[in-house]
Amino acid sequence: MRVLKHPIFGEEKDIDWVTIYYNGKPMKAKKGEMILAALHAQGIIVNRYTAKRHEPRGIFCGIGQCTDCMMVVNGMPNVRTCITPVEEGMTVDTQDGYGKWEGDAK
Amino acid sequence: MKQAEVLIIGGGPAGLSAAIEAAKKGCQVTIVEANREAGGQLVKQTHKFFGSSQHHAGERGIDIVKTLIRQCGELGVEIMTDSVVAGIYDGKVIAVDHQLSLTEHEFIRIQAKKLIISTGASENAVRFPGWTLPGVMGAGAVQTMCNVHHVLPGKKILMIGSGSVGLIVSYQMMQAGAEIVGIIEALPHINGYAVHASKLTREGVPIYTGYTVKEAIGTDHVEKAVIAKVNPDWSLVPGSEITLDTDIIAIGAGLKPLTGMAYMAGCDFVFDKALGGWAPAHNKHMESTVDGVFVCGDTTGLEEASTAIEEGTLAGLGAAQSLGHVDEKTAEEENAAGWKRLNALRSGFKGEERVIAKNKQLREYEAYKGEEARA
Repeated sequence: MRVLKHPIFGEEKDIDWVTIYYNGKPMKAKKGEMILAALHAQGIIVNRYTAKRHEPRGIFCGIGQCTDCMMVVNGMPNVRTCITPVEEGMTVDTQDGYGKWEGDAK
Repeated sequence: MKQAEVLIIGGGPAGLSAAIEAAKKGCQVTIVEANREAGGQLVKQTHKFFGSSQHHAGERGIDIVKTLIRQCGELGVEIMTDSVVAGIYDGKVIAVDHQLSLTEHEFIRIQAKKLIISTGASENAVRFPGWTLPGVMGAGAVQTMCNVHHVLPGKKILMIGSGSVGLIVSYQMMQAGAEIVGIIEALPHINGYAVHASKLTREGVPIYTGYTVKEAIGTDHVEKAVIAKVNPDWSLVPGSEITLDTDIIAIGAGLKPLTGMAYMAGCDFVFDKALGGWAPAHNKHMESTVDGVFVCGDTTGLEEASTAIEEGTLAGLGAAQSLGHVDEKTAEEENAAGWKRLNALRSGFKGEERVIAKNKQLREYEAYKGEEARA
């Protein structure tokens, strides 16, 4: 859920959007925002499943320390989505286990 | 190799303040900052600070940080962002991993004359059945998502902990449109400022003192939380369970100093509960037991941003003094004035226990140096 009206930050208008692809589906994201923020805005809070027990994981620290929010970004696994900004055309996929390295990322 | 007269690890309130002070005294200063922007956790503090005007009272953290960064710019402080310190080697050689893009990194070595470590703190976790479910997160994480990225990770929040963080973050989430289903506190009383707590209770937020979280329930994310009364021995009171509908369980259970860099540098440590656990010992110039390595801010004990600013200033002064950029008399006078301001900050809420803990750090420094001299 986006916070577009706030008593301190005021009202957010004239947002520049880019398109990212979440598990293959196009999704709007605010230009320059973190991947995780774009997903939370859409109510998506599972980022990956663990290797051994296949348990879901989502944001824990939000500042790049805990690595719970890692996803496959542009084909590269283990990207911390809370500190990585979106780019036009970026692909963001739910990570399964340790993720697979698909050769050089785009 | 790149050279830095004063190299600062961590560009939060302590590091920025150290940089400003050292640069004012004529040092060439480089800050190595792991994040995309300097500012540390001030960037998400939308509340107004307490205290006196010399400690930015009435200003919001998000504005204080702008002032600090602007001053650094005016003084010619270099801030290397997206740069993680990967190693501290003998002779103050620092290895830095600088991230250029998603896939590109460069490795930089820096030869420093003096080192200031101001890496802040990390949040404590609380473990309970279901705590790994998405939706269980640090209170700081909720605050970052809301105040920095302007999204709410959920709508109905249960806050664990009624300290400053728990109370302030709960109020800020309410401001942003979330519902606070409750705040639980294992202690028999509210742990933070009464003025913050009453702002929430006035809005009808229930604060459950003497309660802990028993479990989080949900399949792919949190849907419910079960809380229960807790005995003084931490066992649960049977039959006291309350089930709450919630999609976020935020953990505001305190922080501990982030000390990896200080360990790597070889600093001697002291344990004190009042400061969040193990932290490096230091002298009144904020110099650790390793000559030329200074420590300041939450790294050397959990306090507040205003304390971090004062400690940073002392560390910057100490570094400048040890480099001969400031005469002894001026340095000693300014150091004494800095401690006077610090003591004023430590005279308020829970101040006494922090003063005792800080004195313990100072004594440990003396004891360590005494042993070192005898050895």
